[in-house]
Amino acid sequence: MSEVYRPIGGKLLTRHFYFMGVLVLIGAFFMARRFIFGIGDVANLSDGFPWGIWITYDVVTGTAIACGGYAMALLVYIFNRGQFHPMIRAALLTSVFGYTLAGLSIVIDVGRYWQLYNVFLPQYANLNSVMLEVALCVTLYTLVLWIELSPAILEAMKDNRHLRQVRHALFFFIGLGILLPTMHQSSLGSLLLIAGYKVHPLWQTNIIPLLFLLTAITMGYAMVVFESLYAAVNLDRPIETDLLSKISAIIPWLLILYLVLRISDLVWTGAIAALLKPGPEPLLFVLETALFLYAIVNLLHKERRIRPRVLFWTALATILGGSLYRFDAFLIAYNPGPGWQYFPGVGEILITLAIIAVEIMAYLFFVKKMPILLAARPARLGAKA
Amino acid sequence: MNIDRRAFFKIAAAGAATALCPAPAAARPPKELPPEAVGILYDATLCIGCKACEVACKAENDMPMAHDTPLERAHGVAGTWDADNDLNSRTMTKIKVYTSGTAAVKDREEDGFSFIKRSCMHCVDPNCISACPVSALTKDPFTGVVRYNPDACIGCRYCQLACPFNIPKFEYDKAFPKIVKCQLCPDRLAAGGIPACCDACPTGASLFGRLPDLLTEAHRRLTFKPGEQQQYPVRRLDGDEQRKAEVTGYHPKVYGETESGGTQYLMMAGVPFDKLGLPPVGDTSRAQLSETIQHTLYQGMVAPTLLLGGLVFAVYRRTHAEQEDASEGEESTPEAREGRRDE
Repeated sequence: MSEVYRPIGGKLLTRHFYFMGVLVLIGAFFMARRFIFGIGDVANLSDGFPWGIWITYDVVTGTAIACGGYAMALLVYIFNRGQFHPMIRAALLTSVFGYTLAGLSIVIDVGRYWQLYNVFLPQYANLNSVMLEVALCVTLYTLVLWIELSPAILEAMKDNRHLRQVRHALFFFIGLGILLPTMHQSSLGSLLLIAGYKVHPLWQTNIIPLLFLLTAITMGYAMVVFESLYAAVNLDRPIETDLLSKISAIIPWLLILYLVLRISDLVWTGAIAALLKPGPEPLLFVLETALFLYAIVNLLHKERRIRPRVLFWTALATILGGSLYRFDAFLIAYNPGPGWQYFPGVGEILITLAIIAVEIMAYLFFVKKMPILLAARPARLGAKA
Repeated sequence: MNIDRRAFFKIAAAGAATALCPAPAAARPPKELPPEAVGILYDATLCIGCKACEVACKAENDMPMAHDTPLERAHGVAGTWDADNDLNSRTMTKIKVYTSGTAAVKDREEDGFSFIKRSCMHCVDPNCISACPVSALTKDPFTGVVRYNPDACIGCRYCQLACPFNIPKFEYDKAFPKIVKCQLCPDRLAAGGIPACCDACPTGASLFGRLPDLLTEAHRRLTFKPGEQQQYPVRRLDGDEQRKAEVTGYHPKVYGETESGGTQYLMMAGVPFDKLGLPPVGDTSRAQLSETIQHTLYQGMVAPTLLLGGLVFAVYRRTHAEQEDASEGEESTPEAREGRRDE
């Protein structure tokens, strides 16, 4: 019954890996410039658009994409779907790097980074600040994620003593690891409440914490599917179609719940009228909804859901839809007033690309060197027992 | 069979109920004006656009003037104009101008023009203060001035996102940047003086005073009829200096009386305020809404604690039995992790 995880081995320094390395070096150059000459030297941020892609992609979208560990833990431990347990480690791994690098992005984005520890000092704490809640929660969750992943690292190090200690306390960290994302993924949406009119009425709503939480969980499942298919294609792993199709079966229901909540809220508050106004915002709203509808329509059918191609495209549509929702709310449909505009600078984009490259390199390093992926699938784990 | 799931739902429901029930009662009340609240009344109909306030502000705060080299070369003089055309990280107050059509008559909406002076509004219920995670922005408990403490600030710029008036500015061009905003000349106020911009204003367009008195003065002016000659106090409301001027007529509103829960910087003009570039803020502070929603969910951390208890309990029940197995069979099966299929 027990699951055997093994490093998949193989050459680490592939051409692919070197390419990522080059991206990291280019990004490092611009990071150095940012710290020497200031944020304005590499980023197109302004007083009207204080938050750009570093916050919107690396933090807000990046941590939502990294919700795989959270979403799978909900499924396995709270909804008792033990058959998915073998997938948890891989999901955790993407979560660990998503969150750790979101933390790194914050250090780059924040202007007075050398005082960042003030967030943890009680004398400075502002308990009214949504940002404080997000900052503390994300930091703590990043630590919790490393603890949750630590058995894999300790196994690789053959440190059985610590492994046993960690396992005895792990249940607490798993519980905490479900609570914390519930808190901060919703609060990432709540961050926008205070911006008021700057956020377009199609996105500014009092239920924004709920909408952010729902989409984060959904994106988490989609990312697990996407990541598994990526590993199948690029790392020559067997496609776990049956398990993936079961995970994908959850996605349409979450998306339906999300769309019903969002649209009925828009109707309830009357903000839906903004759909008929000119400008790109109604189109963006339609595009978000269309991506989600595409996933819903294709995943509701059991016979379509077993096709890897369908699983891949619906996972991608879900991730893109959730990401677009975040980009719209934080950047594209964000309007601080006349005269302000934002498009990320070259250095800004290259820093973000470098961070994504680090994530992929770290993923490859871990799956090749540490016991993350299942060695085999004894007795058809995915099949209904 | 899923007892822990049921337990979880019970606990989650209890948590949700705790979180959601007191919502109407827990709505955070709007903030009140501090007892010694001071502020500025800016009257655009008195403003002649001389920008003495800008110069005084820059001198008081040791801020450099911006140069417009082509303009200076064309006119053969330098240092006469401050080239910045809006508030920024080296400009804390700015006179801007509205023009329409022929711009023939001052303080008229059609074919007229009007000045407007922008700076921090010193809100009664400031969004920036609610937003700041490290209390770098604070409201003086007596004067109500919104102050900035760079030693606390982490530079996250959430205050910029939160401010409905786009007031806090950030030094994007510096390696060790700060937030920049008007703090109502704290050294001058401490010494019993008035802010540099009001001190420099020759016409009384920028008038310093206690806020309730400024509001009374503003409403007195709203009763003036166009063409009348009226006495206007200059520099400070409680001072002796007065000046007689002809009333040109007011748009019937004191901007800042209610905006975003009220501000300590009040504005009057002959032209509607949306024409003068003031944003469409409602009468309640967004901080009030944000804090109400957030504190409803996290009141006393009761809901998160209950939820954590439920979650840990559920995970413990699910993993407990297997942990026993795992510690026995660990050596033989290197990967008997805490979790296992329950079927």
